[in-house]
Amino acid sequence: MSKKSFRQAINEALRQEMRRDPTVILMGEDVAGGRGGSAGTQDAWGGVLGVTKGLYEEFGETRVLDTPITEASYIGAAAGAAVTGLRPVAELMFVDFVGCCLDQIMNQAAKFRYMFGGKARTPLVIRAMYGAGFNAAAQHSQALYPLFTHIPGLKVVIPSSPYEAKGLLISAIRDDDPVIFLENKVMYDVEEEVPDEPYAIPFGEANLTREGDDVTIVAFGRMVGMANEAADRLAKKGIGCTVIDPRTTSPLDSETILDCVADTGRLVIVDESSPRCNMATDIAALVAEQAFDSLRAPIRRVVPPHTPVPFATVLETLYLPSVEKIEAAVTATMNHRVTEKV
Amino acid sequence: MQIARETLLRSYRAMRTIRMFEERLHVEFATGEIPGFVHLYCGEEASAVGVCANLTDNDTIASTHRGHGHCIAKGVEVAGMMAEIYGRSTGVCRGKGGSMHIADLACGMLGANGIVGGGPPLICGAALSHKTLRDGGVAVAFYGDGASNEGTTLESLNLASVWQLPAVFVVEDNGYGEATAASFACAGTQKARAAGFGMPYIECDGSDYFAVHEAAGEAIAHARAGKGPVMLHVHLQRWYGHFEGDAMTYRAPNEVAEAKRDHDCLKLFRERVTQAGLFEDSVLDEVDAAVTDEIEAAVLQAKDAPLPQSADLLADVYVRY
Repeated sequence: MSKKSFRQAINEALRQEMRRDPTVILMGEDVAGGRGGSAGTQDAWGGVLGVTKGLYEEFGETRVLDTPITEASYIGAAAGAAVTGLRPVAELMFVDFVGCCLDQIMNQAAKFRYMFGGKARTPLVIRAMYGAGFNAAAQHSQALYPLFTHIPGLKVVIPSSPYEAKGLLISAIRDDDPVIFLENKVMYDVEEEVPDEPYAIPFGEANLTREGDDVTIVAFGRMVGMANEAADRLAKKGIGCTVIDPRTTSPLDSETILDCVADTGRLVIVDESSPRCNMATDIAALVAEQAFDSLRAPIRRVVPPHTPVPFATVLETLYLPSVEKIEAAVTATMNHRVTEKV
Repeated sequence: MQIARETLLRSYRAMRTIRMFEERLHVEFATGEIPGFVHLYCGEEASAVGVCANLTDNDTIASTHRGHGHCIAKGVEVAGMMAEIYGRSTGVCRGKGGSMHIADLACGMLGANGIVGGGPPLICGAALSHKTLRDGGVAVAFYGDGASNEGTTLESLNLASVWQLPAVFVVEDNGYGEATAASFACAGTQKARAAGFGMPYIECDGSDYFAVHEAAGEAIAHARAGKGPVMLHVHLQRWYGHFEGDAMTYRAPNEVAEAKRDHDCLKLFRERVTQAGLFEDSVLDEVDAAVTDEIEAAVLQAKDAPLPQSADLLADVYVRY
């Protein structure tokens, strides 16, 4: 056990799984970074933000494959390799680039098993960065997990910390279904204690990061940290919050969410993806349908406005959920008074 | 090139099976009993069979929405295919794929594909598996002249060349992408495209089984030897519409009749092998009779087979969820 960054935790998961299983390969744009350059340094980058640094050195060019900047061909190749005996981990860099290769994910990898009558296994992992907060603007900042969650056949993982990232990525690589693994780009330098040995965190089992009696907060990825901080502040004011990190949006641990809402009667959902048809609306529908009688106040959603992600810091800050916005939503739900019908 | 007698007989049987499978579907589809769409491969049989005669079960192919011929040529079982097209639970995909998604990974058939240009990227991946696992296999993408313009195809030609993959890209050029002529939709030439990606290019007459067999043999041997990908351009004519029900008013009235008269791969094959004294007509007639029985049995079985159960709706979305 030692302190590791989100970046190091992901790198360690990849390294350990590649050592364990020779069919695990990496591919993507600049995952080695520097192939064919004039300086002779074949792994200059190790990924655009250094997440795969050192893996080319250890595993060589047959296991760590740089690709041209052609997402459709190499994401499709990863799908094709996955149904023919390899366990590819393909890096899409920014999740926004899914616009260039959605067919390969949505119509091919996700559907093989069902279309082929259960006769295919597609052990594919697609890693990608998501999220605002990096001044990367509209084409490099989206949180597109609802898009993937919508597609049957895909599993969708959103780790909220370095510990979670390592254990969930190991599960993703060992999984026999296609998995979309989304890393919030603002979190790469976040550090915490992470075990040195490999460990797997199962999908579809939510983690309670705070426990309290008054309000349930469901948050995803980077939002979990904000929700924890809001819960800590609110605890000092005497408001107890349970914070749920679902870990995966598909499968979704709806049981834990419903159980917690039954206990607290109040629900706030924190989701940094665009507000229409996102996880917050999905969970609101789930709770409205299955836990209506438990609710003591309207469900509150802390979500961005229905706009592209802006560039300027002042606008991007306004765009994103924040600790303060979560606190305000929790306070509002606590202050709600049911009006008796006449 | 000398082709073994048993290979020739197997190939003739495969071509005849495709022809009769498709002709029968043409008839059965018109009765309204077959759900969805079917896209028939008649007229193009020598392409799938001439290529696949050079492949083993260890090799991989990806197909198109016009996929029945590739399936049969790669060894997918005919009764299971027919049942699939009828939407029965005994189908190769248990009635959940249909005509456009017939696949059988056990014999290296990665699937017909409902998406134009869907196959070439997958074939890059299959070729990467063959290369990484060092199993000696080759991966072959069949795609049409329409798909040759898709970005996925062009990206795949590049990727296969960059990674030096054991892949063959077979452009089945029947002159039409849906209703639009290749002469309108394809800029430049396939040959120049292959050259642009630094890969060898071979072309052949797709109505001549022997020409396809030889050209494909050369392309596949090149890829199998680790020398990188090859483009094989096969010139073809399709005898039916883009899909069943297409009146083909975009084609000259005599176009198909002339194709059937002058470019029927089965007729040409029979002439060649009988004239060369390789087979008596009676041997080929026996094959035709056996195939007729096989197709008849497949249709009867399919019509009789059980429909999927309601529980099947939810099955096999995931390995585990």
